[in-house]
Amino acid sequence: MRLIVPLQGVVQGRGGLFVGSLIPCCLFYFLQLYLKRRRSPPPPDSDSTELPRTSSRSSLFTRGNSIGRVRVSSRAAPLAKPPDSPYYIGLERVKTDPYDRVTNRDGIIQLGLAESTLCFDLLQRWMSDNLMESLMIQSDVDGGFDVSSIAMYQPFEGLLEVRVAFADFMSRIMGGNVSFDPSNMVITAGGTPAVEVLAFCLADHGNAFLIPSPYYPGFDRDIKFRTGIELIPVHCRSSDNFTVTVSALEQSLSQARKRGSKVSGILFSNPSNPVGNILSRETLHAILSFAQEKNIHVISDEIFAGSVYGDKEFVSMAEVAASGDFDKSRVHIIYGLSKDLSLPGFRTGVIYSFHEDVVSAAKKLMRFCSMPVPVQRILISLLSDTRFIEEYMAAHRQRIRDKHFLFVEGLKQLGIPCAESGGGLYCWVDMSSLLTSYSEKGELELFEKLLSVAKINATPGTACYCIEPGWFRCCFTALADEDIPVIMERIKLLAESSTS
Amino acid sequence: MGLPLMMERSSNNNNVVELSRVAVSDTHGEDSPYFAGWKAYDENPYEESHNPSGVIQMGLAENQVSFDLLESYLEKKNPEGSMWGSKGAPGFRENALFQDYHGLKSFRQAMASFMQQIRGGKARFDPDRIVLTAGATAANELLTFILADPNDALLVPTPYYPGFDRDLRWRTGVRIVPIHCDSSNHFQITPEALEQAYQTARDANIRVRGVLITNPSNPLGATVQKKVLEDLLDFCVRKNIHLVSDEIYSGSVFHASEFTSVAEIVENIDDVSVKERVHIVYSLSKDLGLPGFRVGTIYSYNDNVVRTARRMSSFTLVSSQTQQLLASMLSDEEFTEKYIRINRERLRRRYETIVEGLKKAGIECLKGNAGLFCWMNLGFLLDTKTKEGELALWDVILKELKLNISPGSSCHCSEYGWFRVCFANMSEKTLDIALKRIHEFMDRQSGF
Repeated sequence: MRLIVPLQGVVQGRGGLFVGSLIPCCLFYFLQLYLKRRRSPPPPDSDSTELPRTSSRSSLFTRGNSIGRVRVSSRAAPLAKPPDSPYYIGLERVKTDPYDRVTNRDGIIQLGLAESTLCFDLLQRWMSDNLMESLMIQSDVDGGFDVSSIAMYQPFEGLLEVRVAFADFMSRIMGGNVSFDPSNMVITAGGTPAVEVLAFCLADHGNAFLIPSPYYPGFDRDIKFRTGIELIPVHCRSSDNFTVTVSALEQSLSQARKRGSKVSGILFSNPSNPVGNILSRETLHAILSFAQEKNIHVISDEIFAGSVYGDKEFVSMAEVAASGDFDKSRVHIIYGLSKDLSLPGFRTGVIYSFHEDVVSAAKKLMRFCSMPVPVQRILISLLSDTRFIEEYMAAHRQRIRDKHFLFVEGLKQLGIPCAESGGGLYCWVDMSSLLTSYSEKGELELFEKLLSVAKINATPGTACYCIEPGWFRCCFTALADEDIPVIMERIKLLAESSTS
Repeated sequence: MGLPLMMERSSNNNNVVELSRVAVSDTHGEDSPYFAGWKAYDENPYEESHNPSGVIQMGLAENQVSFDLLESYLEKKNPEGSMWGSKGAPGFRENALFQDYHGLKSFRQAMASFMQQIRGGKARFDPDRIVLTAGATAANELLTFILADPNDALLVPTPYYPGFDRDLRWRTGVRIVPIHCDSSNHFQITPEALEQAYQTARDANIRVRGVLITNPSNPLGATVQKKVLEDLLDFCVRKNIHLVSDEIYSGSVFHASEFTSVAEIVENIDDVSVKERVHIVYSLSKDLGLPGFRVGTIYSYNDNVVRTARRMSSFTLVSSQTQQLLASMLSDEEFTEKYIRINRERLRRRYETIVEGLKKAGIECLKGNAGLFCWMNLGFLLDTKTKEGELALWDVILKELKLNISPGSSCHCSEYGWFRVCFANMSEKTLDIALKRIHEFMDRQSGF
């Protein structure tokens, strides 16, 4: 869109048709040149044949500038640049001046990271009582500590016991009406590699996934970086509470096909991130029907499944897939413990697939990102402690609900509404009333003002590819109750200063 | 059932959903003999009391000789699990939340100090140049993604670790062009072999981005000579390419003085344009016998590579729990000094045991000085000096002797008849039994 606008301006001005046709020609020419350069390998370094074999080593190493600087690959180059998404920019800014209610009350309050600290007291107690036994497993022979139980190579996809523990845990927290087969499961070192490995298995470089937007900004990195798979946003609207519709999927798919893009699947999160809504059974059914009809994959990222606090029941795509109406082999689930069990540091991810070959390929890819054995031992112990898990999950849900209420109420008092949500560790806030202009530019200006003036990091909708300006994701589950009035006061001051 | 159908990539009318090229490719290599032997072991594993005639696994380079040292350290210095981070509010909280791809500073410092100790202080390591990955496998793949584009090549001296075919090529789309080495000079890399490999790539219109060596070498079990390293760096400077040195076995060199790390060579160079092409891969899987922990590192002298690798390491982070567990152990210099010394000694003795035992059976090995394996020459037993001949002998050894060893052809060795035999993943008694089986086999051979 942005390229066409200036061209139109030129064509309509003086020199009109001539300049208007010249510019595309120039662009085309330069594009050809660029592609040509990229395709042919560079000429061999001229140094290679000219150098006399008798030159001493020290003079070679001190030739300084006449030795070319060695290059990295072209796919690494974008990574070397500082990140330009507001999602990452905000996270970085908080690090420079982080809020602390005791030592730095004027610091930037972090609302940009979906993490929960609400139940650390419970986790800590469990770790204190159980960590050592879960790790320092006794040897059968002499009763002393047997380090081989945590030190040796184990299957990269995870011990059977840990997969069984995860299967059981996931079934419990997802309503109990769905069962997971441990042999369809692969354990990874985090949700990030889980998503990437699945993407590597389902689509080739240059293929695309449809993804309802607004979506989690991290997917841009997780999916696109190394796989070269494109993400095509399927825009959802506030009028539907940002729930994806089949007609929107249809439209995006046909547009993609017209452009020559091959769509391999649909990726979505449920509970959704950043909005926090729970997809109904009907919506899941509709998405799966659509995928079946178009013969593409469905990836359901259910990493917030246990962080449901509203009245709406969470239903896993696995449950819908198993209902018998569909070819299950196109359904794949992502899970992990970073959100529901507040253990992002441990690096725990799950790929669950009904497709035998995907499971087989994913298992082999686990050598690049497998979960360490000591962590597996801890999780076997933790996840099978059903009494503790029940207590924990109930407290987790209750405390999120309470915090959510306080946060949303606080915003309501300021006349700032939120989208309806029933899951996740954040809310999707409509700050359009604070915008100076109802546009992406206006939203980014507000983002900057929130950061530098109100000292709050909230993720703007632009970073999430939201088509309506003014929406911000605010994560509240790392806040103490007393932080909330501080936040509301700051937003109030900002609102007042922008209207004055 | 339709399984073959799912593997086909042609357009399908039968509504079976397609998978990617990566998923259906066999670059994972698990159909090769290297892995087939493992399957045979899994089906019939040797066990001292319950299955004494089972398959002895001599194809897995795992170090179990120093477990007792780890156990006694962990038991003594770990009252009430304090080392595991289970005590103290701040400790656990930080641990649970910490997912910064920079890695725990204390852990990086511990790794740097450990790597320095292994090299006898002959090279210094800056903790800020350490990028953590979930294992050396991940480190090698990550570096490949960063240094080379699809269809570019890395030059790798043969014989090499079979896993490289998968780790360096599978998802990255990068090629391996072999640098051929042979027994005439103990498989050392020569400048001529380097030039030839480079030329082979150029002739095929393939862009070479770097050389990747393993030092000490897997499967040779020998260190790379200092002069060879200097020649290598020379070559890389002239061609303006990278040099990656996988030093995963550096702590398993029997005599510390015999190991020269590329870090020592770079230590004395000031020119950034020379230094910044050098990258080192390391891990705790072999030297410390902790493959289950998944701890690897990339050490790069190139700021751009460090920055990029760090960001890309999101796909393969080391668990905060692991970092916590190991940081205090690795920075305990008294422990690490003792561990490194005793571990080297035990490996050396094992090596001598197996080489002597093989010699008595009439079998020669390459003169090795490092690692968890020896490079054995059975060329004289082959019916034909071909890959088929070698695999036929390998099959006999697996089925008749019930020993899983790794054939040289799976390591791309250009000479047939060489085999890698691991000796550190078993008790001394098991090693005895393996040698006995070989003796008996050789007796039967000479009987004809």
